[in-house]
Amino acid sequence: MIKGSFFILLFYFLGEVISKLLNGFMPGSVIGMVLLFLSLFLKIIKPDYVKSTSIVITNNMAIFFVPAAVGLMAYAGLLSDSLIAIVFAIGISTVLTMISVAFVQERFEKRRTKKEEKQS
Amino acid sequence: MNELLNNLRPLFSGEVFLLMLVMGSYLLGVYIYKRTKMSFLQPLLISMLLIIPFLKMTGIDYKTFYEQTRILNFMLGPSVVALGYVLYEQIEHVKGNIISILTSVFIGSVVGIVSVMLIAKLFGADKMLISSLAPKSVTTPIAMSLAEKNGGIPALTAAFVVICGIFGGFIGPIVLRLIGVRSKIARGLAMGSASHAIGTVRAIEMGALEGAISGLAIGIMGVMTAFLIPFIEMFF
Repeated sequence: MIKGSFFILLFYFLGEVISKLLNGFMPGSVIGMVLLFLSLFLKIIKPDYVKSTSIVITNNMAIFFVPAAVGLMAYAGLLSDSLIAIVFAIGISTVLTMISVAFVQERFEKRRTKKEEKQS
Repeated sequence: MNELLNNLRPLFSGEVFLLMLVMGSYLLGVYIYKRTKMSFLQPLLISMLLIIPFLKMTGIDYKTFYEQTRILNFMLGPSVVALGYVLYEQIEHVKGNIISILTSVFIGSVVGIVSVMLIAKLFGADKMLISSLAPKSVTTPIAMSLAEKNGGIPALTAAFVVICGIFGGFIGPIVLRLIGVRSKIARGLAMGSASHAIGTVRAIEMGALEGAISGLAIGIMGVMTAFLIPFIEMFF
């Protein structure tokens, strides 16, 4: 647990450092995530170092959002004023995202099976 | 008697009680979610709906609440980093599909950000609201830090992410069936890219591979959206 926490904080810190160097272009935590992934993938650190801690944290992630989400109480007015814009924007955009991802991935797969058929 | 009550009062706006309140309301949320099996009753939503009226009633202001529960908010950062491990665990599912996965999630990310910002703008939303909406398809901790960096309001974004997840989790299987997507990878990717963890719960119901791929999509979508938003924001 302590080893895991150490490594996660280490990658978080490195991510923050890089984020500062990039003028905050990407959040440090996201950079830290990529760095941790790369270190595991390139076998720089052992998965066992971070496994149990990562699982505990990510399995219970939703509770960490509560303090920020409660902040919504300060924006009730703004929310009800723009309710229609919000509902339409989120609804349509979510469906479009879904369709485009599925469509492109399926295109790739179909093209590949066609190629394989030609070869055989 | 009154004096005693007044002495106890600060305890209720202190760290111990407020953290206990968060944990307790969240546990109750998990309980209700599991009992009812209704995907819109997310524990986060229930916890929020219990805490907000409580704070209003007792007159504890949000600033106090936020400061006393700071440790939970801090954990958002490390939890995003820990997703790197989850991503690593799922990488074996994608061998041979890496290029198609990266391409489709990239396109989905562009479509998602541009469409939500454009539609909000058409409806006359202001800059701050648009920036809060932009990262709506990304898992909450990443979305909130993106909102903060790009002039949105993290609390609003948290709500939008939950709305997007609940809506996508509900509509996703229907849309995928309507447009006739059969590929398991495509279905998992679509669910995770559009509706993050809540979409993934539905993807797991479709099958193990769909679930794993959907989990992978959450991470890739997070990184790509973080990368794309600063560029796309320039046009708005």
